[in-house]
Amino acid sequence: MTLDFLYKKDFWAGVMLIAAGALAMFLARNYTFGTALRMGPGYFPVVLGALLILFGLYILATGLRSSEMLTGSWSLRALIILPLSLVLFGALIESAGFVPAMLVLIFGSATASTEFRFLEVLLFSVFLTALCAAVFVYALGLPYPLFADLF
Amino acid sequence: MDLFNNLIFGFGVAISLQNLIYCLIGVTVGTLIGVLPGIGPLGTIAMLMPITYSVSPVSALIMLAGIYYGAQYGGSTTAILVNLPGETSAVMTCIDGYQMARQGRAGPALAIAALGSFFAGTVGTLLIALAGPPLAEVALKFGSPEYFSLMLMGLVAAAVLAQGDMVKSLAMVVLGLLLGIVGTDVNTGVQRFTFGVTELSDGIGFIVVAVGVFAIGEIINNLGETEERRVFTAKVTNLWPTRDDFKRSIGPILRGTGLGAFFGVLPGTGPAIASFASYMVEKKLAADPSRFGKGAIEGVAAPEAANNADAQCKFIPMLTLGLPASGVMALMLGALQIQGIQPGPEVMTLRPDLFWGLIASMWIGNAMLVVLNLPLIGLWVKLLQVPYRLLFPAIMAFSAIGIYSVNSSAFEIYLTALFGVIGFVCMRLGFPLAPMLLGYVLGPMMEENLRRSMLTAGGDPTVFVRRPLSLTFVIATVLILIVMLAPAVRSRRGEITG
Repeated sequence: MTLDFLYKKDFWAGVMLIAAGALAMFLARNYTFGTALRMGPGYFPVVLGALLILFGLYILATGLRSSEMLTGSWSLRALIILPLSLVLFGALIESAGFVPAMLVLIFGSATASTEFRFLEVLLFSVFLTALCAAVFVYALGLPYPLFADLF
Repeated sequence: MDLFNNLIFGFGVAISLQNLIYCLIGVTVGTLIGVLPGIGPLGTIAMLMPITYSVSPVSALIMLAGIYYGAQYGGSTTAILVNLPGETSAVMTCIDGYQMARQGRAGPALAIAALGSFFAGTVGTLLIALAGPPLAEVALKFGSPEYFSLMLMGLVAAAVLAQGDMVKSLAMVVLGLLLGIVGTDVNTGVQRFTFGVTELSDGIGFIVVAVGVFAIGEIINNLGETEERRVFTAKVTNLWPTRDDFKRSIGPILRGTGLGAFFGVLPGTGPAIASFASYMVEKKLAADPSRFGKGAIEGVAAPEAANNADAQCKFIPMLTLGLPASGVMALMLGALQIQGIQPGPEVMTLRPDLFWGLIASMWIGNAMLVVLNLPLIGLWVKLLQVPYRLLFPAIMAFSAIGIYSVNSSAFEIYLTALFGVIGFVCMRLGFPLAPMLLGYVLGPMMEENLRRSMLTAGGDPTVFVRRPLSLTFVIATVLILIVMLAPAVRSRRGEITG
C-alpha cells in the first residue's frame, strides 16, 4: 500500500465534497425534517448534504483510479497574505478609519506578488487611497471617516 | 395605433432634460462599475438608492436601470481584457473573449460585444413594449411546480454546459444550493447554518460570494501561476472587426438576443443562464466546435447579446407582475415602494409615464452606451494596461469598498476573505465556480417553490409531471442529462474541453 493517493487531485476533491456534505447534514440534524407534504427547515439541507456526499464518493472512487495528480505551482504567500489583508482592512476601517484601512489593504496585498517593488507600491498605495477617498467618500458620500481619531 | 402612441408618449417623458441627465449618469456609472471588477450593479444600486429618494420615481428608475444595463456593457470589457467576470453574466464572455485578446484581437472582441449588446438592447426594449403584456400573461399561469421544474432545468443545463468535469459541476450546484440556505428559513423562522451569528441571519450576501470566489480566489490563483498570462500587454490597435468577424457574428447575435429575451422573461433565471445557453447553442451549431475556447468570435457575440437582452427583459416580470426576477430587480422594486408606488399589473395603467418613460429611456441609454463605449474603449484599455502587480491590489481595494458599502459590515469583509480561500481551493481541485454561484442564487427560490408545490399537491411528487408546462421542463432536464451523460458525447466532450 502506497501513499500515492495523497497526491491525487480527485482524492482531495472527493474528500472536500464528503466533508462539506457531512458538515451540512451534521449542522441540520436538529432542524425539523418534516414530511414530503410539510417539509421542515431540515428537509432541503439534509437531502442536499446527502447528495453532496454521493457526488464526493463518486469523485473519490474515480479519483483513486485515475492518475491525475495535483500539479502546477501555487503561491502559499498569496494564499496567506491576500485574505489577511482583507481581514486587516475590515478591522481597521472600523477602528482607525478609511485612510489607514485602505493603505494597509493596498500595500499589504501588493506584497503577495513576487514582483513587489517597495517604492512603486508605496506611491501607488498613497495615490489609490487618495483617489478612493475622493471618489467614494467625497463624490459618492459614503459615510466613512477618513481617520477615526479625528471624529 | 396604441403601441405607437404609447412609445411617443414614453419618449416625451424620457427626453426631458432631467431624465436625460439621470439616464446619462446611470449608464456612465454602470459602465464604470462594469469595467471595474469587484463592484457590481447590485452593490452600486444599493449604494446609490438613498440618492434617489429625493427625485421623481421616473428619474430614479431611469438612473438605476441605466446602472444595471450599463454594467452589462462594461462587464464585457473586463472579461475580455483581464479574464475577470465582474458578474456571472460575463463568465462565458471570458472564455473566448480573453483568448481573442491573447491573440491580439481584443479590439474586434470589444467592438462585437458592444454592437451585439446594442442590438440586443434595442430588441429587448422593443420586446418589453410589444410583447410584455402577453408574455407576462403566460408567466402568470406558472405555479410553484413550474417554477421548480424550470429552475431545475436551468441549473442542470448550466452545470453540464460549464467547462470541465460534469460531475464536479453538478456537485458545485449542490454546494451552491446549500450556501443559499444559510439564513432565516422564510417558512418557519428557524436560523439555519448561521452559527448564531446575527450577520448571517439574512443569508450570505450575493456580492460576498461573487467577489470572494471570482475576484479574490482568482487573484490568489493567478499569483501562483508561473505562466505570464496575467500581464496584459496586447495592444488594442485595430478596433474594427473584419468582414469575416461580422459574418460570423450576425447569426450568434440574433440567436443570443432571442435566447436572452426568452430567459429574461422567466423569473429565477439570471443573465448567466442565458449566456450559458446561447454559448452552448453556438458551440453546437458551429461547423468546427473545437474553435470554441480558443478565441471564437461567436463565443463573444452570442453571450454578450444574450445577457443584454436578458437584462432588458428582466424588467418585464418586474414591471407587469411586480415579481422580482433577480436581486437587482428586487432592489428596483424596493426603490419603487420607497417612492410610494405599489408594483404590480396596475402600474402600467396607473402610472403609464413610469412604464413607457422607462422603456423609451432604455433605448436612449443603449444608444448613449455605444457612443460611450466604442470611442472610449481606448480609455478603458489604458485603465486596464496597468501591470498586474498594481492591478490586483486595486481590485482588492475596490472589492473591499464595494462589499463594505453594502452593509458597512466588517464581518462581510472577513467572509469575503474566506470565500476567496474556498474559491482558490475549488479551482485547484478542478471545480468550476460559476455553477456554484447559480445554485446559490436560485437555492432559496427553489426550496420555496418545492415546499409550496408539495404542500398544494398534498405531498404527491407526481405534481411535477402531471402539469404540462412543468412536464415539459422535466423532460427537457432529463434529455439534457441523458444526452450529456451518453458515453459517446462524454468522451467527445472530453476532447473538446479537456
